[in-house]
Amino acid sequence: MFEEMAKSPATWLSGQGDESQVVLSTRVRLARNVAGCKYPTSADSETRKRIVSYFDSVLTRSEILSKGQYYKAADIDRLDQDFLIERHLISPAFLDGDLSKTVLIGPEERLSIMVNEEDHLRIQALSSGLDAQSSFDLAMQYEAEISHHLEFDYDKDFGYLTACPTNAGTGMRASILIHLPGLVLTRDIDKVISRITRAGLIVRGFYGEGSDVLGNLFQVSNQNTLGLAEADILSQITEVAREIIEEEAGARQQLKSEAADMIEDKIWRAFGILKHARVLTSDEVMNLLSAVRLGYVMKVVEFIDISLINEILLLSQPAHLQKYYGTEMDQNQQDFVRAQMVREKLRDTGP
Amino acid sequence: MICQDCKKREAQVHLTQIINNEKLSLSLCKECAAARGFHSPLDNHPFPLAEILSGLAGDTPPVKNSPPGEEMVCKGCGLTFEQFTRQGRFGCGDCYSAFRSRLESIMRKIHGSSLHRGRIPEFSKFEKSEQALPIQEEERLQSELATAIKTEDFEKAVELRDKLKAVREKLMMEDTPN
Repeated sequence: MFEEMAKSPATWLSGQGDESQVVLSTRVRLARNVAGCKYPTSADSETRKRIVSYFDSVLTRSEILSKGQYYKAADIDRLDQDFLIERHLISPAFLDGDLSKTVLIGPEERLSIMVNEEDHLRIQALSSGLDAQSSFDLAMQYEAEISHHLEFDYDKDFGYLTACPTNAGTGMRASILIHLPGLVLTRDIDKVISRITRAGLIVRGFYGEGSDVLGNLFQVSNQNTLGLAEADILSQITEVAREIIEEEAGARQQLKSEAADMIEDKIWRAFGILKHARVLTSDEVMNLLSAVRLGYVMKVVEFIDISLINEILLLSQPAHLQKYYGTEMDQNQQDFVRAQMVREKLRDTGP
Repeated sequence: MICQDCKKREAQVHLTQIINNEKLSLSLCKECAAARGFHSPLDNHPFPLAEILSGLAGDTPPVKNSPPGEEMVCKGCGLTFEQFTRQGRFGCGDCYSAFRSRLESIMRKIHGSSLHRGRIPEFSKFEKSEQALPIQEEERLQSELATAIKTEDFEKAVELRDKLKAVREKLMMEDTPN
């Protein structure tokens, strides 16, 4: 399954779009529940099946939904599940062992709808770069379509009702994946994060095995879903993103004026390792790509482009790597093959 | 450097604490730092929902001297308020109505607001009248019809059969593009 998908880069990581040098992608997720049915975590298997059959009926009745690719969790093997998680099309919670779940993947993989995750429906849309509005519009288009066939749980005070009170109201979570090597290097990141947190947003770093944030990538999302209109959440996340981008630019400027040689060395070393190494872990690739991405934006390694950096980032993830080579591999084999893949991708790239 | 606490793992957190003018330096691994209550601001903290809710569970009940057994229970799924505060998840949409009197303050703690200001669905319960929504309505009628037949309430069965037919016709109309 997903062999074709594995060979092509994800649209939401195309490197296109606003501020794509710093913001990798923007995601908007809507949580919805079918009125009159117990929520998946407390429902019996009969109810969960009924939710899936409701959704199946919507699929047969809706032209845009019927165009998606539709999969049952029970038919997706472990490697493919990991593959979909790496591609951000399903969440780790999709793998809780309840096989009644299904997932619909929309055109260009920019949209996915999970059925029977924590809520009956989780509709999410992804865009490359900073683009909360178009992610929202796409998710909303599918939500509206479904709402013509199914009644959602809704309350005039609490809005759209969700299994967890932290999602009630709009049921909407908007998040950006942002690359902040400058702020990490100048050690201003903690300051920036505590300010973002005070502004009512959530920041998460991606940890690998060490204490460093993997690849200097952070996810910023709205915390509040109730008491705000959807448009408020969109402008909140966009404004905060622009502030962070500005701070990151300031940090990079500072690095350039105070430690240009060291930064350039770091970037060139990263490029050299990626281009020639024989064994690479995925954490290592993420961190090295971070330096190369910084190098591209700082015009140190201009010959490489963002879409190639994104492609390598995705393909070096364990499930992607195995799908790409069409065979399951243990850790050591993966590290060896990963280095080979990275070398191939960078073969024609150089000063 | 090795963690001062467990003396096993690599120390990754370096702290300087000043208590009563005494300086204390610590080098800890992430696990031991967390055990002492130190978190990096970058750590992925789960939202403190559990804390908010567990604080509430200990509250005095809103009605004093209420007889035991008067605990709020959701009629839709049987979840009690106390269970909700423990698991942090509702069982169904009716829970919101069942626990409404306690939810306002919870929502304000979580979201800073307890009133929805976002979109309103086209067909919301309070403005919907005749406009039954096809899929769920069909299902509801079908199960009522089955019950009517089972209990040999044939008059009702005929009525339900007609309604079902009407809904199905409406669905057929939707299936055919205009």
